[in-house]
Amino acid sequence: MLNWWRELSKRRRVRFWRGVSYVVFVVLTAAFLLAVDWARVVDTMFRPEIVADQFPDILLIAAKNTIIYTILGFIGGLALGLVLALMRLSQSRPFRWAAATYIDVVRGIPLLVWILLIGLGVPIALGIRVPTTFGPGALALSLVMGAYMAETIRAGIEAVDRGQMEAARSLGMSYSKAMIWIILPQAFRLMIPPLTNEFILLLKDTSLVSAIGVTVTTKELTRWGRDGVIHSANATPLVVAGLVYLLLTIPMTRFVSRLEKKAARSR
Amino acid sequence: MTSAIEIKDLHKSFGDLEVLRGIDFQVAVGEVVCVIGPSGSGKSTLLRCVNRLEEPTSGTILIEGEDITDPDTDTDAVRRRIGIVFQRFNLFNHLSVLENVTIAQRKVLGRSKAEANEIGLANLERMGVVEKAGEFPRRLSGGQQQRVAIARALSMEPDMMLFDEATSALDPELVGEVLGAMRTLAEEGMTMLVVTHEIGFAKGVADRVVFMDEGVVVEDGPPSRVLVDPEHERTRTFLRMVLEGE
Ligand SMILES: Nc1ncnc2c1ncn2[C@@H]1O[C@H](COP(=O)(O)OP(=O)(O)OP(=O)(O)O)[C@@H](O)[C@H]1O
Ligand SMILES: [Mg+2]
Repeated sequence: MLNWWRELSKRRRVRFWRGVSYVVFVVLTAAFLLAVDWARVVDTMFRPEIVADQFPDILLIAAKNTIIYTILGFIGGLALGLVLALMRLSQSRPFRWAAATYIDVVRGIPLLVWILLIGLGVPIALGIRVPTTFGPGALALSLVMGAYMAETIRAGIEAVDRGQMEAARSLGMSYSKAMIWIILPQAFRLMIPPLTNEFILLLKDTSLVSAIGVTVTTKELTRWGRDGVIHSANATPLVVAGLVYLLLTIPMTRFVSRLEKKAARSR
Repeated sequence: MTSAIEIKDLHKSFGDLEVLRGIDFQVAVGEVVCVIGPSGSGKSTLLRCVNRLEEPTSGTILIEGEDITDPDTDTDAVRRRIGIVFQRFNLFNHLSVLENVTIAQRKVLGRSKAEANEIGLANLERMGVVEKAGEFPRRLSGGQQQRVAIARALSMEPDMMLFDEATSALDPELVGEVLGAMRTLAEEGMTMLVVTHEIGFAKGVADRVVFMDEGVVVEDGPPSRVLVDPEHERTRTFLRMVLEGE
C-alpha cells in the first residue's frame, strides 16, 4: 500500500507525527482564540475597577485568613500526625489498630463532609453555639490533615536506617529518647519535601472552609471571592482570589522541586 | 570472682529457624575473647542477645553476675554498661563527630555539656580522630568513622565492649588502623568480646578464641590451640578456608 511510509526510518516517522500534532494544536488554539468574544470575557471576569476594588482587603483579610487556616491546620495536623505515626509503629496492638482505624475512616470521607460535620453538625448535636471564629474550620482541617500526615511521618521514620535506633538503644537511650534525639531529627529532614507538598495541598483545601458560616473578618480567599461575585454580579473577585492563591502556591511548589532535585543529587 | 559475661544454655530462634542452639561460655573481667565462625553461624545474634537487642528464646545471660534475661531487668541500664561496635558504624548522621560522642552522655547519664565534651574529646584523642571533632560523619573515611564509633561507646565508660565484625565493611587499607585501636584498648585492660574474621588479630590479642558453627560452640580455648592445633575437623576446615581467602 503506502510504500513510501514503510520506507521511512523510525526517526522520520516520529518527526512526522510530531509535526502533525503541532499543526492540530495550533489550529485548535487559533480557532478558540477567534471564536471567543474577548471583550465580554474581560468585562465579566477581569474588570479593572473591580480588581482595584479588591485591594488591599483581599490581601489584608482574605489571604491572611487563608494563611492562618493553613498554619493552624498544619500545626494541628503535624502534632496529631506524629502521635498517630508513633501509635502505628508501637508494639501495642490496640494502639496500632486505633491509629489505623482513625486514619482509614478520616481519609475515606471527603474533607468537605468533615468540615460541614464539625462546623454545622457537631454544634447542633451538642447543643452548643460555637462562635464563628477560626475554631471549627481549623479543627476540621487539623483532624483530617493529621490522618494524611501520619502516613508521611511514618514513612519518614521508617526511612531512617534501623541501625540508628540500634546504636542509640545500645548506648542506653530509652525508646523515646532515641526517637526524640536520633530518629525524628533525621526523619523530619527526609520529610521536608513531602510535608511542604502537603502544606500546599492544605493551603488550597482551606477553600472548603468557605462552606461553613464565617464572619467578615474570618473570610478566607474562596469565600471572599464568592461573596464578591454575589455582591458585584461579576466573576472578577473570584479570578483575583485565584491569582492570589497562585501567588502563594507557586513559590512553594518551586521550593519543593528544588529540594527534591537536591535530594536526588545527594543520593 | 564473677565473670563479666556468663552465658548458660542460650537458645534463640527466629520463627522456625533455631539460630543459637545452646551456647555456654564465659568472659572473665579484663579478658579478650574472639568469636570466629562461618557466616550464618549465629555470631551476631549472640552479641545482640548479650546487650538485649535480641530477646533470647531461653537460657540465661549474666552480666557481672546479674541475670539480664530476667524480665524485670532494666535493659537500658544493662546497655549502659556494655559498649557495642557494629559492622556498619551506625554513626548519627545528623550530628557532628563531637555530638555523636556526647549525646548519650548528656541525655542518658545527665552529664553537663562541658563534662561530656571533655570525656568525648579524650576518647576521640585516644582513638586518634580528635581532629575530626567538628566534622560530620559522612565526610570521614570508613576507618575514621569506625574509630569514632568506638570512641562513642567508650564515652559511656562501659565495663565491657562488644565488637561485631568491626572491620568487615572497611577497605583493606583501613582495616589496620581500626584493629590497632582495638589492640590498644585490649592492652589497657578492657573486657572485650570480639566477633571477627581477622585470624591474625585473634592470634595476637585474644586470651581465648571461641569457634562457633551452626549455633553451637564447637571449640573454646587459647588461640595457640584453637587457631593452630584445633581438636575438631570443622574448625580446621574453617581455618583453612579463611586463611586461603587472605
Ligand atoms: N531478625 C532476624 N530474623 C530472621 N532471621 C534472622 C534474623 N537475624 C538473623 N537471622 C538469621 O540467623 C542466622 C544467623 O545470623 P547471624 O547474623 O547471627 O550470623 P553471623 O554468624 O553473624 O553471620 P555473618 O558472619 O554473616 O555476620 C542467619 O541464618 C540469619 O539469616
Ligand atoms: Mg554477623
